[in-house]
Amino acid sequence: MIFLHPAELGYVVRKKLADWGYGARLFAQLAMLSVACLKRFSLVRDQIHFLGNYSLAIITVSGLFVGFVLGLQGYYTLQRYGAADALGLLVALSLVRELGPVVAALLFAGRAGASITAEIGLMRAGEQLTALEMMAVDPKLRVLAPRFWGGIIALPLLTAVFSAVGILGGYAVGVLLIGVDAGAFWSQMQSGVDVFKDVGNGMIKSLVFGIAVTFIALLQGYVAKPTPDGVASATTRSVVISSLSVLGLDFILTVMMFSI
Amino acid sequence: MQRSKNDVWVGLFVLIGLVAVFFLALKSANLLQYSWSKDYTVTAKFDNIGGLKQGAAVKSAGVVVGRVASIQFDDESYQAKVSLALQNKYAFPKDSSLKILTSGLLGEQYVGILAGADEKNLVAGDNIGSTQSAVVLENLISQFLYSKAEDSSTAKSGTK
Repeated sequence: MIFLHPAELGYVVRKKLADWGYGARLFAQLAMLSVACLKRFSLVRDQIHFLGNYSLAIITVSGLFVGFVLGLQGYYTLQRYGAADALGLLVALSLVRELGPVVAALLFAGRAGASITAEIGLMRAGEQLTALEMMAVDPKLRVLAPRFWGGIIALPLLTAVFSAVGILGGYAVGVLLIGVDAGAFWSQMQSGVDVFKDVGNGMIKSLVFGIAVTFIALLQGYVAKPTPDGVASATTRSVVISSLSVLGLDFILTVMMFSI
Repeated sequence: MQRSKNDVWVGLFVLIGLVAVFFLALKSANLLQYSWSKDYTVTAKFDNIGGLKQGAAVKSAGVVVGRVASIQFDDESYQAKVSLALQNKYAFPKDSSLKILTSGLLGEQYVGILAGADEKNLVAGDNIGSTQSAVVLENLISQFLYSKAEDSSTAKSGTK
């Protein structure tokens, strides 16, 4: 029972607090570097290209299949109550409010977050970050901040693509395959989905997820142990922590946005 | 800033993202029907509003002319006080009447407004006097059962 020893417990708590404090300080520094970073937009643009464009394929394909499945399963339940006309509403609301932001963020954490952590962890291991500091280049401004902003800009756009493609997938299954009336599909959707309450809140969610996922990936890479082992475990931790925090944040945001 | 070959692809990516946002806003949501026009608010009191909710449509002849702005309980008359935001481009006579209706059998409830014959039109802050409550299914069924019971008891006493 070594953890029950007061000194051991004290050390663990102190270390955790120091980690959290370091994370918060890094976040504050990144936020303060935003203006300087956005002035050199070419760096951010390259990161949007790397994080956004290369994630487009997986996001589109996943969105399409999630839409297909929602169309099939939604129809199965709705037709029992003779409400198959509301299929469009069901597909659109579930995608725009929940599935779009969450699934896109989880995919983004796996696809882009992991690569950010591995890249920065390897830079740390290869002492490239130290070399930048030696040349009086701030690695936070040159390396971290562009990735941070690239992720924040890319994820909401990817989420919108995911939801839009998902709705088209639901349309393909519901209207083209099963034969729900196309007019009812769209009109029920339009009367039930609100631009600001549903679409807007979904976008806010994905913005928050973008900040969380990208920041966790950056932090894990930045504090990774400079060994092959350390980079590997940092990459794993990045994906695990960011996926869990996306799910946790989603619950909190849903309670705040939709429970009233 | 020098150009790079990434410019095209990033531009395309952002474009696709924006198209998706517009698709969500226009095709799947109601941005086009969203009333940006100014409106004027009138109030009305109902004995029972049933399942009417804030934001429900106000329709005249089936056309949406406004929205329910707020619903409050008036503890002096023990009635529901409903404020309706009507679009400025539609004017209604002062003696128009309101009715709470349901779209379809299980659909949403909305406020139907039936134009009267007064020469003056409603202005902001007016109160609409003639209102008809929502049909509550339980009341309807109990009325039906009572009348049935009455019928059968009179029928029995008739045979004696």
